[in-house]
Amino acid sequence: MDFDAIISNLPLYLKGLWVTLQLVIMALAAGFVLAVPVALAAASRNLLVAIIPKAFIYFFRGTPLLVQMFMIYHGFAQFDALRESFLWLVFREAYWCALIAFSLNTAAYTAEILRGAIEQTSFGEVEAAKACGMSKPTIYRRIVLPSSFRRALPAYGNEVIFMLHGSALAGVITIVDLFGAAKIVNSRHFVPFESFITAGVFYLCVTFFLVWLFKRLEHHWNAYLRPRETIAVPTIAATAAD
Amino acid sequence: MRKLVTAVVTAVTVALVSTSVIAGEWKKIRIGVEGAYPPFSSITADGKLVGFDIDIANALCAELGAECELVPQDWDGIIPALLAKKYDAIIASMSITEERKKKVAFTNKYYNTPAKFVRRKGSGIEISMEGLKGKTVGVQRATTHDNFITGEFGEAVDIKRYATQDEAYLDAVAGRLDLLLADSVAMDDGFLKTDQGKDFEFVGPGYSEVKYFGEGAGIAVRKEDQDLVDMLNKAIDAIRANGTYEKINSNYFEFDVYGG
Repeated sequence: MDFDAIISNLPLYLKGLWVTLQLVIMALAAGFVLAVPVALAAASRNLLVAIIPKAFIYFFRGTPLLVQMFMIYHGFAQFDALRESFLWLVFREAYWCALIAFSLNTAAYTAEILRGAIEQTSFGEVEAAKACGMSKPTIYRRIVLPSSFRRALPAYGNEVIFMLHGSALAGVITIVDLFGAAKIVNSRHFVPFESFITAGVFYLCVTFFLVWLFKRLEHHWNAYLRPRETIAVPTIAATAAD
Repeated sequence: MRKLVTAVVTAVTVALVSTSVIAGEWKKIRIGVEGAYPPFSSITADGKLVGFDIDIANALCAELGAECELVPQDWDGIIPALLAKKYDAIIASMSITEERKKKVAFTNKYYNTPAKFVRRKGSGIEISMEGLKGKTVGVQRATTHDNFITGEFGEAVDIKRYATQDEAYLDAVAGRLDLLLADSVAMDDGFLKTDQGKDFEFVGPGYSEVKYFGEGAGIAVRKEDQDLVDMLNKAIDAIRANGTYEKINSNYFEFDVYGG
């Protein structure tokens, strides 16, 4: 075992970690913003409204993330029209190509999670809202969406962890993310075990933080689903002493 | 029953002993090659390995009277796989450098060609600290070219590192790179003379500083196999002397790649 090479390359790993975090956070943010309208449309009973979002979800859930990323990075670069347009400023950079692929991918999975939650909304809640005279948009804003987000939280936490791990694919297209850094260290110092286990430990740490974060969020937002905390009841012994 | 057991045990023992004897005398040599570095090493459409490295490997084995098995392996893992005994020698245009010598033993060089930059025709990029500032340069990861550009121009340029040279060509054609840095012969035959490289040209001098590029390309062998190093060195001298090297050389190049 030779961890000297790892220690001298720690700055490279930290830079890689920073790139990984940037990619994951931005992809999750963009993906979530995109997922809400897609989920709402996909949950619609009107087939004309639902068909396009459903096709989007089906495509991005039905193909590997690596294939999607290669299509955007290598595939789009093949078309002269794209290369000569202003869009090339974005597609020229591996970084943006990866970010676009990750965002669309996580948007599809998130939309599917939300769609399920929206469709499972208890009819009683909706009926009560109607009885109170809320309009349809108000019902969505006040009742359906908040309740769906809460119920989707555990599944979404899982998707966030998958996105973190999926982001390692960025290392394949010249981006020096955490995995890219590990590949550089490995190929310079020929220590595959040490270089990849170090990247693995970093991923573990981030995952640990995410698990903790989602536990807190669930604790906070799903408090109404928890069993009530027991209230201190005076014991018989204490009562008898009185 | 007992006889049968004895017979089996004897047979297995004999088999084990005889294989180890063969291994000791190097009757069979497994050679790691890359397969993504034309014209030195590439894989044809029907999956056959071809190229200068491949022909040299076969010629050396013929010279040694040994049976050769060629094992394709990605560049990134080519030294770890040698150390893990997936093969016994690497013939993959590997430059003899100090960093690599810490892990493996090398034979003498079997060729030595300079490194050069390639630019898109008409881009007007000049090779100097000023001219390179802010430019994007593509190299194959963990090669002498990677070390050179990182060490000499690392502050000025944006370096994109690829697992194979072919991927760097792909991104150069796509327009993601301003320059390529690689072996001049590999780029001339593997890229500039091909259809995809027709809009590109060499620029700047040839680089062959020993500090970065070593003494040329050698064959890497595990350090404990010094006997194989000696055998391969003799074989390299022999094919240089008997004209085999020259014949292979002329199949690929118009000049002697062995170098001065």
